[in-house]
Amino acid sequence: MNTNQAATTSRRSLFARLSATVTGAALLAACGGDAEPAKAPAAPPIAAKAEPTKAPAAVPTTSAAAAPTTAPAPASSGAVAITGAFDGEAKTLTGAGATFPAALYSKYFNEYNKLTKVEVNYQSIGSGGGIKAISDQTADFGATDSPMTDAQLKEAKGGEILHIPMALGAVVATYNIPGLETTKLRFTGETLAGIFLGTITKWNDPKIAADNAGVKLPTEDIVSVHRSDGSGTSFVFTDYLSSVSAEWKAKVGASTTVNWPGGVGGKGNEGVAGEVKQTPFSIGYVELIYAVQNKLGVGLIKNKVGQFVEPNLAGVTAAATAAAGKVAPDLRVSIVDQDGATTYPISSFTWILAYKQMTDAAKATALTRLLWWGTHEAQKFNGDLGYAPLPAEIVSKGEAMIKSITGAGKPAFPGK
Amino acid sequence: MTTRNAEDEIAPPASWDVQGSPKFARSSGVGADDVFKWLVYTTAFAVPAVLVALFVLLVIDAWPALARFGLGFVTSSNWDNVKQQFGTLPYIYGTVVTSLLALLIATPVGVGAAIFVTEYAPRPLRVPVSFTIELLAAIPSIIFGLWGFFALTPIMRSTVEPFMKSVVGPLPVIGGLFQGPSVGKDLFTGGVILSIMILPTIVSISREVLLAVPTMQREGMLALGATRWEAIREAVIPYARVGIAGAAILGLARALGETMAVTMVIGNSSRKITGTLLTPGYTMASAIANQFTEADNPLYFSAIVGVAALLLVVSAIVNIAARLMIWQISRGGAEGGNRG
Repeated sequence: MNTNQAATTSRRSLFARLSATVTGAALLAACGGDAEPAKAPAAPPIAAKAEPTKAPAAVPTTSAAAAPTTAPAPASSGAVAITGAFDGEAKTLTGAGATFPAALYSKYFNEYNKLTKVEVNYQSIGSGGGIKAISDQTADFGATDSPMTDAQLKEAKGGEILHIPMALGAVVATYNIPGLETTKLRFTGETLAGIFLGTITKWNDPKIAADNAGVKLPTEDIVSVHRSDGSGTSFVFTDYLSSVSAEWKAKVGASTTVNWPGGVGGKGNEGVAGEVKQTPFSIGYVELIYAVQNKLGVGLIKNKVGQFVEPNLAGVTAAATAAAGKVAPDLRVSIVDQDGATTYPISSFTWILAYKQMTDAAKATALTRLLWWGTHEAQKFNGDLGYAPLPAEIVSKGEAMIKSITGAGKPAFPGK
Repeated sequence: MTTRNAEDEIAPPASWDVQGSPKFARSSGVGADDVFKWLVYTTAFAVPAVLVALFVLLVIDAWPALARFGLGFVTSSNWDNVKQQFGTLPYIYGTVVTSLLALLIATPVGVGAAIFVTEYAPRPLRVPVSFTIELLAAIPSIIFGLWGFFALTPIMRSTVEPFMKSVVGPLPVIGGLFQGPSVGKDLFTGGVILSIMILPTIVSISREVLLAVPTMQREGMLALGATRWEAIREAVIPYARVGIAGAAILGLARALGETMAVTMVIGNSSRKITGTLLTPGYTMASAIANQFTEADNPLYFSAIVGVAALLLVVSAIVNIAARLMIWQISRGGAEGGNRG
């Protein structure tokens, strides 16, 4: 009996080690695979290095969707372009914050270092950490997916903080229904809110069926999957649900972490996606870039004007364009559920946070030049990495903000 | 061990006297003695000082939440960042339930394996078996987590949980532990993965304890005509039980604080406490790991630090309770010895 037990134990442990190794290797391989597309834009480095302003033409945007509305953005910068190092600017900058744009920022900062020799050390510790870091002045800039609240702005030790939009992201609904693998289901804000509230419990609920005529929906229970960690993705998703469902707003609300009424929590995009893949009849939400890279099946979402739109970068930029005309001047705005026929409703900005009055002039110069480059020339990297580029209207609002930054009392941006 | 050291320290002055220049030797010896004494004092007090400092700092940071919610911080199940309500009961419940479950699974298996290694295994098999089991301890917990996520949970959902529901489910009382749909990501899976993780601790310490049992004990029993099983049951295990309980406690301590692996398989849902093990849960450690990075307002931050302070308190309570248990057992052991 004991012999048996021990033998089982050792066999099991061996199995554990083996499968652990295999899983680890598979994960590494997967990471390697993910890294590939990220490297792809760097392929013509000569073009990028020699003549950055011409680069948009030289580097074709692989996702055709991103091209039309966004190409003008870099052009609108006109004569002002960052072409190399600048005398008197700081050679290192530190930033901390959101994990969602971390892949994009690491691409930006790597390219920027080649261009200007300025080292930017970015720590993706989460939006909350980024807000804390800039408020306590432990970093030169912060980054966040959810705008700072008025109370948070008041607590900042270094005075007024600016929100400069750098890119756009979107959140998509992904699901796993055996038998409907190739069918694109249609959701409205109300049905999504109902599913995550637990008021819609079966896939063949009349409310879901009403939007999906002709689809044979199963009678199974819905398993909803959410992010267990605090996340900008959750903020965007719950912000959307709050703006389309009064019940959601009253019962749950919008935040990076909410008190989920039910379902299972997975850590990170990969946790949610893995959970959905494993669990039949489940639905979860992930970042658009993650769904694209992993070829997840995603649902169409009904937008404000009643169109069911498939999530893609063009739809996200359309949301920002629609919002641009009416946004508050500080750009601390949510762009979920915007007007426009092609607008994808669960879209969001991601911001860099900077003090308006910086004390260190050299750092202020370096930061304003970085931000200028990031909102202009660098936007060409967005599409390939799964982030929608900023529309021209937002870029020009960002320009005014960058120009307003002062270092030791003097305007910091040198204009080149 | 300690007594022998004390004797060693007493011995040297005598030998110095014999060697001459006693004054010089004595004075330098006394100086070094003082230095050494203070060094030892410092090291001895540094450890509790770190613990106290840690706890004090946690309480200071957690104070806004503790002051605001009072006892509700541990008795309420409502953890809501949006409404700024923080109650940690589901986290405490999840931590205690998964750790106890892990202990319940790992102790018999671990002690069984240790008995095999010390009492039954032929010599050439001892080292490979115990080496393999102890290798489990070297695996980083994130790897356990990945394995749990990709390999264990599908098996739990499709095979183990339906089996437990059909076999244990209909029984009274404990049947209540296996009710509801098989999700795979739940308290049960959390307990199972923890049991695997604490197994090496229990095996290696139990083995050392069993090896320390004098051979005379066994030989005496065998000479009286006892079978091997009787010898183990009557002579070996009673002798080793305090040590085995200690092994279980060390395992429990690891289970309480384990974070990553559990986070990946427990389901991370804190909405309600139900009697069943087949429901997504949450542990204190995974709550901290999940939520700390985005805790962007002061009360929320303070509540999460409060969870950390509570985890420290719960671990301390469990450890103290376990030590009391050992004390009881060892007293019982002494009485048994007297009777024998």
